[in-house]
Parts: sequence; C-alpha cells; structure tokens
Amino acid sequence: MIRHDYSRVDPKRRANIDYKKRQFAKAEFQQQTYEHRLNYYGIPPTAEITLDEFETWAIDRLKVLSELEACSFRNRNPEETAEHMTGILAKYLPLRSNSSRSQNLQDERRKDHYSHFILRLAFSSTEDLRRRFARLETMLFRLRFRNDDLDERKRFVEGLKLDWEEVTEEEKREFKEEMAAASGARKGEVQEWFKVDWERVPELVEQRRVLLKRGMAFVPQREQMSLVVAEFTRRLDDALELTARALPRLDEDDRLAPILAHLSQSFATPDAAYSSSDANIDGLSAPTAASIDTLSQHFPLCMQNLHQALRRDSHLKHYGRLQYSLFLKGIGLSLEECLLFWRRSFKLITDEKFTKEYKYNIRHVYGDVGGDANRRGRGYTPYSCQKILTEPLPGPGQSHGCPYRTFAPDNLLAMLQNTGVNDRDLLKTVREDVGKQRYHVACNRVFDWAHKKEIKKVKDDGSWSAADLDTIVHPNTYFKRGWLLKHLGDGNAGLVGGGDKMEE
Amino acid sequence: MPHSISPESTPGEDSSQTVSQPNTLKAESPDVNMSDAPSPAVVPEIKEDTAKVNLEELFDDDDDDEEFPSSAPAIKSEVESSQPMPIQISSRSTYSDPEIMRAFYQRLFPFRPLFQWLNHSPQPSNDFAHREFAFTLPNDAYLRYQSFPTADLLRKQCIQLLPSRFEIGPVYSTNPRDRKTLRKASAFRPIAKELVFDIDMTDYDDIRTCCTGASICHKCWAFITMAIKVVDVALRDDFGFKHIMWVYSGRRGAHAWVCDKRAREMDDSKRRAIAGYLELLKGGDKGGKKVNVRRPLHPHLDRSLNILKDHFQTSILYEQDPWSSEKSAHLLQLLPDASLKAALQKKWDSAPSRPSHMKWADIDTAAKSGALSKSSKDLLEAKQDIVLEYTYPRLDAEVSKKLNHLLKSPFVVHPGTGRVCVPIDTRKVEEFDPLEVPTVTQLLTEIDEWQGEDTDKKLADWEKTSLKPYVDFFRGFVAGLLKDEKSGVKRERDDGAEAMEF
Ligand SMILES: [Zn+2]
Repeated sequence: MIRHDYSRVDPKRRANIDYKKRQFAKAEFQQQTYEHRLNYYGIPPTAEITLDEFETWAIDRLKVLSELEACSFRNRNPEETAEHMTGILAKYLPLRSNSSRSQNLQDERRKDHYSHFILRLAFSSTEDLRRRFARLETMLFRLRFRNDDLDERKRFVEGLKLDWEEVTEEEKREFKEEMAAASGARKGEVQEWFKVDWERVPELVEQRRVLLKRGMAFVPQREQMSLVVAEFTRRLDDALELTARALPRLDEDDRLAPILAHLSQSFATPDAAYSSSDANIDGLSAPTAASIDTLSQHFPLCMQNLHQALRRDSHLKHYGRLQYSLFLKGIGLSLEECLLFWRRSFKLITDEKFTKEYKYNIRHVYGDVGGDANRRGRGYTPYSCQKILTEPLPGPGQSHGCPYRTFAPDNLLAMLQNTGVNDRDLLKTVREDVGKQRYHVACNRVFDWAHKKEIKKVKDDGSWSAADLDTIVHPNTYFKRGWLLKHLGDGNAGLVGGGDKMEE
Repeated sequence: MPHSISPESTPGEDSSQTVSQPNTLKAESPDVNMSDAPSPAVVPEIKEDTAKVNLEELFDDDDDDEEFPSSAPAIKSEVESSQPMPIQISSRSTYSDPEIMRAFYQRLFPFRPLFQWLNHSPQPSNDFAHREFAFTLPNDAYLRYQSFPTADLLRKQCIQLLPSRFEIGPVYSTNPRDRKTLRKASAFRPIAKELVFDIDMTDYDDIRTCCTGASICHKCWAFITMAIKVVDVALRDDFGFKHIMWVYSGRRGAHAWVCDKRAREMDDSKRRAIAGYLELLKGGDKGGKKVNVRRPLHPHLDRSLNILKDHFQTSILYEQDPWSSEKSAHLLQLLPDASLKAALQKKWDSAPSRPSHMKWADIDTAAKSGALSKSSKDLLEAKQDIVLEYTYPRLDAEVSKKLNHLLKSPFVVHPGTGRVCVPIDTRKVEEFDPLEVPTVTQLLTEIDEWQGEDTDKKLADWEKTSLKPYVDFFRGFVAGLLKDEKSGVKRERDDGAEAMEF
C-alpha cells in the first residue's frame, strides 16, 4: 500500500510480494475504479500511496469517526446526527454521488477506501478497539446509505448479490395481517416483502420489527437498509478478525508501526475521560466508609440513586454494585474503606456470605486480585457517562444506569425535587431534554443550576478557566467539580460568603 | 442403565487433572490464597480462573437461585430421624453432606443420558470432551474449565470431589484443560452452547404478594408456568427450534436449554436478538410504566396476550390480589385517563378493601358510566399493557445473551432445598408441582425401601425411585435430539432410534 521508495521489507517477503504481484498483476495491482459511492470494503487497496497520504487520510477518517461517536454519546437521533455530520464529512471525507459529476469522484472514493483499511490495521489489535471501530464504521456506512441517491443505492445493493427469497402470493394472503402488524406498516401502505433466515436480520428480530415463522423472517422492502447494514457489520467483523491475526507480521514494518500506534492511541482517549487526578481533590481529606453518606449530596444523580437504593434495600444488584464501586474508587475511597462501606451497607447478610460472594468482586475492581493485566491497570476504570448511557437498561429490582434515561419523567422530576432541585422552569426544561433523549444535557443543566452562584464567582474572579467548566461527561468529574465549587472558601474563609454549608 | 456403584478404574485419565484431596483445600472465599493447597495441579486452576473471569460476570452472582444460600435452614427429611439407613442419613444430615452427595452421584445421577445429551452421538466426540464443566466444591471453592472425555470420567470426578452442584458451559475450540498450553490465547475460544434461559422468581418480587424471598407456593409458581408457556411457543413457532428442555432450578425458578444445532452455534449477537425479541418489561423500580409497545401488537405479543389473559384472571386478580387497599395506587398510575382515575380513586377510597378482581371490573364500569374522556381504544390498550406487566415472562436476559455463560446442570441437587433439578414436561406444564419434586434424601430412602420382585433384569437404583419418570423423560428428549443430529449427517437406516439403549 505504501510506495516503496525507501522500502525496508525483508528480502524474503519482498520476493513473496513480487510473486503475488506477478500472479495477480492485472487483477489487483491496478488503480481501482470505483463504480459506486458506497463501499463494502471487500477488496483491500493495492495501488501505492505516500507515507504522508497514509497518515493524513487516516487522521481525517479518525476525525469523522470520533465525531460520530460523540453523536451517539450525546444520544443524537439519526436526523440530528446527519445534520451535525454534514459539514464534518464535507470537510474531511467528502463522498459524492455519480450524479454530481464531480471531477474528484475517484479521488474521494480512493481516500475513503484507503483510510478505512489503514484504520483497520490500527484498530484490529484488541477486541475492544475492533468492536468500537466496527460500531463506528457501521454508523458511518448507515449514514451514507441513508443519504445515497436512490437509484445509485439500488444499483449498489444489486451488486452485492445478497440472496433474498420472494414471499409467495399464497404466503402474502395468509400472513398479510401478521406481516403488517409485525412491521408496523401504516394502513393502506403497499409493501413488497422478502424472506430470509432470521439470523440475517438480528437487529430487526431484536426490535420485533419482522414477522417470524419457523425460523424465517418476513422482511418489508423498506427494511432493506437494516439488512444491508447488518451484512456490512458481519463482513467487517470477520475481516477485522483476520486482520488481527495477520497483524504481528505487519508490525515488522517500522515505518508504519509508530503511525498505527499513534492512531490507535488517539482513538482511545475520548472514552478514558477519567483521569486518576480526579481522585486527588484539594482540600478533601481521604473519604472513609463513614463519610460517604455526607459526601453523597455532591454525587451526580446516577450515584445518588444507587446510594439511596442501597440505604433503602441494604443491597444492590450486580451492575449497581459495579457502577457504584468504581465511582467510589474514583473519588479516592481506599480498598479497605470500600470493603468496610459495603460490609456495613449490606446489613442483612452474614460476614461469611459477604466474604464469599462480594469481597472478591470489590477487590477485583481495585486491581487487588485478578490477572496481571488487571493488577497492573489497578483494576477497572470508573464508568464514564457514555458507558453508563450505553449499558442495558435496568430490569426490575435493578438501579444502575443514568436516571435521566432510565426513570419515567415524573419519577425523575420527583427525585430531583427530593434532592433540592425545585426551580419550575428548570424542571420543565429537564423534562424536555429527556424527552429528546438529551440526558447528558439535562444532567449538566441541573449541575449548572445547583452551582450557579459558585460558577458565577469563579468565572467573575477568573480563578477557573473555561476548560475547568467544560461539559461534564464523567460522574467523577461531576463530583469533583461540585465538591470544589461548594468548598471554594475552605481554608480561606474570607473569600467566600459564610453562607455555604460546610460538611464534615 | 445400570451403574456400578464403585467407580471403575479409568486408565485414560491424567491423574494430574484431578484434585486428590479436595477437603484440604481451604477456601473461605474464592480468592483465598491457595499457596498452601496441597495439590499443585489445582492451584493455578483457581488462580487463573478467577483472573480470567470478566468483571461483569463476577458481579453476576446474586440474581440466580442461590441468594442467601447460607441462611437456608438445614431441612431434614421426615424419615431420617425415624429410620437409620445404610447410606447413613442421620438426623443431623443436610442435603450437601458428603455421604449423601456421594450416594447421589453413585446411584442416582443420570450420567449416561447427560453424556449423550451433550455429545450428540453415542460415540465420544469433542462436543462432550471440549465442554466446560464448573464445580462448586463442598468448601465453596469454584473450579472452572473442567472437561471429561467420557461420562464415566465425569462421574468419577463427581464422586471424588462431591460438588454441591456443577454447571455446564460452552464447547471450546480446544480442550479446556489444555488452554494454558496453547501458544496463542485466541486458539482457545467458545464455539457452541445451547441457547439458555433463566426465569427466577426474584424478578417478580414487586408483584408477588403470596411469598417473599426464597419461598414459593403454588400461587406464585403460576408466574413460572406462564413464562414457560409464552417462551416455549415463541421458540418453537417463531424461531423453529424443536429440542427445548425446561428444567426446574431446584427452588424458585426454571431454566430452558434450547439444544437444536442451529441454536447451539449462534454467536452473541444472535443470542442477544432472541433475548431482545422475548424481552418486554423495561425500566427498573422507578421506571414507571413497564410496558410500552406499539399497536397493532406484534404477532408474538398478540399470541402471548391470548395465552396470558386467562391466567391474569385467576393467578393475578384472584390469587395474587395485587391491588388490595392502598396498593391500588399503582393500578391508577397505569391508567391513561385523568377523569377515569379520579372516579376510581373516589370509589376505592370509600371501599379500600375491594379485592383486585372487583377493582379491575370497576374500570370498565366507570368507563361505561361516562367517566372516560379518552377513547375506549386507549383504555383497552392500557388494560392490555397492565395484563402484560403482571404476567409476561421476566427473563434474566443476560444469561441468554452470552455464548460463554455457564448454567447449572439438570439433575443436580439444589443445596438449599435438596430438590433435584428435574426436567419439566411442557405438554403437562400446568401439572408440574415444584413442591412435589423429590429431594435427594427422599430418593435415597426410596432406594432403600424398594421391594420389587427379583427378576432377571437388574434394575438401576434410579429406577426404584420417584426420579424414574424424570430420567425417562430426559432419555426420550435426548433420543429425539440424537435422531435429528444423526439425520443431519446422513439419512437414517432405521427408524428405531427411539429405542436406542443408553
Ligand atoms: Zn407464593
């Protein structure tokens, strides 16, 4: 893929490449022409590009994927995402339709093709990266598929040769009502249908949007996108698996290794919003099991909810324990104190049961036990809002997750009022926010309201920079910032009015 | 299927793979430092296993049947105190006494059919040999990644270790015992497992009024019966699965094992799709209305509603009586119409003791007498949603979503109740009575009391007990599965497979 102007490929491999090159010279080593705008990325690129192109194209695509991830993180719906992405795509990764008759069609498609494959290399090393990459590439594909010119899209799909079975007239008669009910078709809507093994449309099955009969799914024509997208994901997953296996050989090329490493690192940052410095809070003496009750007034709603559920039931189910333990670890609660905290909180169980069933998990969270990787990494990282927002919803009896997302609006507002949020306009706006699935916006809004006096102060006196007041995307940031704002005067009582309540 | 009682010698077994002195393994907790354990072969097993477990799975401990096992009373069988027996059930025996467990594994546990079931053929294959078993030892240590080439070796290990129970995991790409010798970790990966479901009464605690905690009665068992009916028909008619076995979990729930080849080979995304298809209730305790579905109802939900509405009348309105006195507030919360709610509120405030079935009827009465401001269609849909909220299966979906999730084996003994985890015949699911399921001590007593005539045909011990119908059912199920597996490979020569001798 790289122009071999200063190649260091070892001679044996070189020979091998040359052999293949001869064999497939005609078929593969020509500049490809791209008939369609959309690409299933089934064929790796074969023509040469410069190292510079290699890097900039990859970074451009990475920029696009990161923005897409930010959209899903903020729970933007498909329309909002499309709107947000239009400018970004035009700037970094334009991809025009044939009908645009643009001069740059082939160049755009080549960049799209190559940058996809470069990032495949960069992100196939770990399972986590692969999954994330596949998810974002799928989002990008879906976005482009939605916007594609209808005729061109049709031709692209035909080219894929996915085998779909026709639904017979007899079946149509027999299952008409059921097919309509399953697909949520509007009255009088004329539909064409096709039939596939249900495994081909897991997404539609999961959402109960197709009729199932003995293992066959009856799919309306308009769900075609789902099928094409699912197939895209399936093939990409397989391909990433293969790339991962081939990767060790690629590592030998020391021109690419640093670039690839750098790419995958920069991809890893947005999710790791928690930094261990969040645990060091000026002026906050090390939290103890006994101080959690008091500190909990500064917790974000998700953690207050867990704390209340724990106090109410003297128990939390596993996801709740996990989410809360990680958060407590994140505010600097030591392992010993954390164990003490849970032991005291689980009032209804014996020491023996606690030791047997819960202790290990807490130690594991802290990296006190477990494999080398877990110990080295000091256990698990506290969950970010993104992680919490993308977890499965809690079932009956469970309390984990983000209340802005999991609570019915009435219950959410009631809980907010219990924590002292009583501004009617604010509550009304919060209700609108959650209605639009902007959970994260609502949470930040509540934070700003609850700390408005302090925020004004630090802005006015310039003691905090704008970055210090950036949107909160991590529960531990919420706590840290909230605590600091409420303790601005500590140790310097003259600076803040004495009205602030002091804890401890 | 005669079992000889003493374990045969098994030359094929690598002795380093067995735990020779399990009782000396101290383990107050699974993470106890094992460095003083006597058998070097075991130490890395436990250490590494805990290290490999995904953190979320580690936390996945309290939602199954074993909540508060240590607080379960040591129940004794009635016969125990009156009648000393050769297998030495004394008045102080509990269900997991070593002698009882040993007799159970030696004389009662159906290892042969279990082997056939997991092996999918009478000749030993990797389907069985690469299958993970995980043992919970008497000292509560948890031993993962065990595997066995044959039924006899599994049996021998059980008799030696006397696990209080064991679980079944996936078939791996290589023998689980060899996983550490592989050069590349990726060479060891799960490749197949039955699709499984776990229904547990804890998930019904917010609507169950007859019992709490670990106890169950016939009234609340109806929840499980309803769940089995709804899930079973969906798996058969919608997904086309044929080999589905339901198993009583020993206390207050049921498991399903979907054993069709097509189900076993599904990856996680397909398992997740099925779990999602079957899952309906959303939202935790604060989530408000738990059922939010579009209309017209998806055919699966429509069918489920038809199955469930009769149960709603009897099991919910009459037996659970969920809206007695002030609990009717929740019912009001689920109704859509403010003026209707006000009318009902008034009525129920003046007669709070009205039973649930009358309150349910009051809704329509009030609506007909003009209290309804919305359309009657809205009301009908809200009522359907309520029926679903109170009757639709509540699955522990996480169990179903993962290929590598372990599930307790059929026919093991529940350590808290002593009951054997027997299969449930779905053709007679209404007749299944969890309180009648035999306990291990009862079965051992039955063997002892058996007074059949001595014929030339030597009976196996389990044939002398009330475990027989369950083992027979299991064998029939396995025979059906094997028949399909075989015809999947080549056409059958002979239709007599049902008579296959285990
Ligand atoms: Zn009951």
